[in-house]
Amino acid sequence: MKKWIALMLVLSLAIFAIGCQKATKQQTTDTTGDTKEPYKIGAVVSATGPAGPLGEPEKKTLEMIVEQINKDGGVDGHQIELFIEDDESNPTNATTAVSKLIDEKGVIAIIGGTTTPSTLAMKPETAKVKVPHIAMAAGIKVTEAPNEWIFRTAQSDAIAVQKVIDYLSKTLKVKKFAILHDSNAFGQSGATELQGRAPGAGMEVVGVESYKTEDTDLTAQLTKIKGSGAEVVVVWGTNPSPAIAAKNMKQLNMTIPFVGSHGIANKSFITLAGTAADGVVFPAAKILVPASAAGEQKDAIDKFIADYTAKYAEGPNSFAGHAYDAIHILVQALEKAGSDNEALRDAIQETQGFNGISGIFNYGADDHDGLKTSDMIMVEIKDGKWTEKK
Amino acid sequence: MQFDQLLQFIISGITSGSIYALIALGFTLIYNSTQVINLAQGEFVVYGGLIAVSLYAGAGLPLFAAVLLSIIIVTLIGVVFERLAIRPLINHSIMTLIIVTVGASILFKNIAMIIWGRDPLTIPAFSGDDPIMFFGASIIPQSIWVFGITMVTVVLLQLFYKKTITGKAMKACSINQTAAKLMGINSSSIVLLSFALSAAFGAIAGVLIAPISMVSYSMGGFLGLKGFAGAVLGGLGNPIGAVVGGILLGILESLSIGFIASGYKDAVAFLILLLVLFLRPSGILGARIKEKV
Repeated sequence: MKKWIALMLVLSLAIFAIGCQKATKQQTTDTTGDTKEPYKIGAVVSATGPAGPLGEPEKKTLEMIVEQINKDGGVDGHQIELFIEDDESNPTNATTAVSKLIDEKGVIAIIGGTTTPSTLAMKPETAKVKVPHIAMAAGIKVTEAPNEWIFRTAQSDAIAVQKVIDYLSKTLKVKKFAILHDSNAFGQSGATELQGRAPGAGMEVVGVESYKTEDTDLTAQLTKIKGSGAEVVVVWGTNPSPAIAAKNMKQLNMTIPFVGSHGIANKSFITLAGTAADGVVFPAAKILVPASAAGEQKDAIDKFIADYTAKYAEGPNSFAGHAYDAIHILVQALEKAGSDNEALRDAIQETQGFNGISGIFNYGADDHDGLKTSDMIMVEIKDGKWTEKK
Repeated sequence: MQFDQLLQFIISGITSGSIYALIALGFTLIYNSTQVINLAQGEFVVYGGLIAVSLYAGAGLPLFAAVLLSIIIVTLIGVVFERLAIRPLINHSIMTLIIVTVGASILFKNIAMIIWGRDPLTIPAFSGDDPIMFFGASIIPQSIWVFGITMVTVVLLQLFYKKTITGKAMKACSINQTAAKLMGINSSSIVLLSFALSAAFGAIAGVLIAPISMVSYSMGGFLGLKGFAGAVLGGLGNPIGAVVGGILLGILESLSIGFIASGYKDAVAFLILLLVLFLRPSGILGARIKEKV
């Protein structure tokens, strides 16, 4: 028995030694090569699973932009080596993916995740090893303190809520509204924020109803709202439930306006709700109605749509835009500061006036979101098409 | 609470309840012939809806043809499922068979995700979307279809049990399988028939629900759970009980939204289910005879 153990020990030591040798060899070829060492960047997206429609365009965008940058000579002569991990919309996988990217691949920065739960799982991991992290998720908690190492490119849910509050109180000038929300994290946090901000804008929330993501019929909740005296119903959730709500409202002859969340800023809402989608208004990024942007931001949006459509034969959605902004902000910071983690983090934090797809980014020491309500627009669905609602 | 509001809650409840009832019927049929709880029952609903979407929007068939063909295809899937997964293991314990159905439901779900993708899909309502007013409450025509077809299905099933030899044989098998076998009833083909009918009922629920709530690959588990709760509430093993239980569950859910709070909808419905089971362990219409030990 002892013999066996000794043998195993020797064997494992031998394997370890070979492994070490290989690693050192790798390094020498790198440093003696003519080109500079590539910058390794890691990304964690939800390319499959329920969040796939969000994560897949993000993945495609990252691949496309990195290809463009490398073709143009890279960042200061450094090529970018991109490692993308798919967390399958599962936060546990996101944690594993981050460790893998940092420990095994040795990436200098992390982009991701797609969803708020995944991002919140990744946040402590990147903070622990002090790797700059740019998130693409909208949940308010993503950039709450401690936020030393994390930034984001998606519009925070707080901005979307404020946009809706402004629309209700200033454009529609209503006093009473009701909330119909998904009971998941997204819907719950939206409902809480709406209720918190309504009194400040001189409005009263007269009804709060929830539903489960799988619910097949919302007429009971809407009947209750109908009897509550609400002048508007704000629906906070993602497909398909808001589409069911739109259909159910028509069925109940409810004529009060339907204001949605940015969770329905996709074509599938229009397909699912059919004619009931007409007149629905929701907050969204300017990429939905490119004409709403101006100047350099409009040029960036137009070019991105053209490039993406040429490569993938379909238009990009706003989530693709989050990936575009993340990789470009990171590359700008790399150009300025190089790959040292603290210098890179500071350079990201100093980003000012970057014309991105989701808005004009101005990060600061106490603002890791970088966007304002003016970076979003209210979009109205008219005859199955998006138009800006002013 | 105004009368028209109350009526609206009941109508909403009957609509979702009718769907639960059809799913509950599927559970009951398979339970009667094999004592197995088929946990893949919800997947039949999903396939019914999704196949109808493909036939209508993809292959361009007229709506009713797409719906009928979809029900037939799902029935065949039920038959194949029984032959490949249940038949070879029929002499194993009930628990083994239930686990087989769990595995099958995961397989069905993943195949559906690969074929149809993750986005929910829909077909148009059978006869338009214009609501009909009824004492101040509104009903969409599709709700009438849902309730009507559920009722017709139940009546036909009862006639089948009472008037046909096969139906009587099926009933005999559910009462005492060994005795039925001794009387010369081919229990193997009865099991096959029960899977075919269950799949068909699931598919009917699927095509009825597709215009109202859309179908996506992942909703089978949730619908299956509701249907199962309906079946238990009404008394597992009794087809009329399944229908009563399903519709009652739908109405309970809807009324708890109206009178309590929408967040507690499922909690209230299941609390009542638990209460009923405490007071009448065999369900509302379950057999009164206690098993003799």
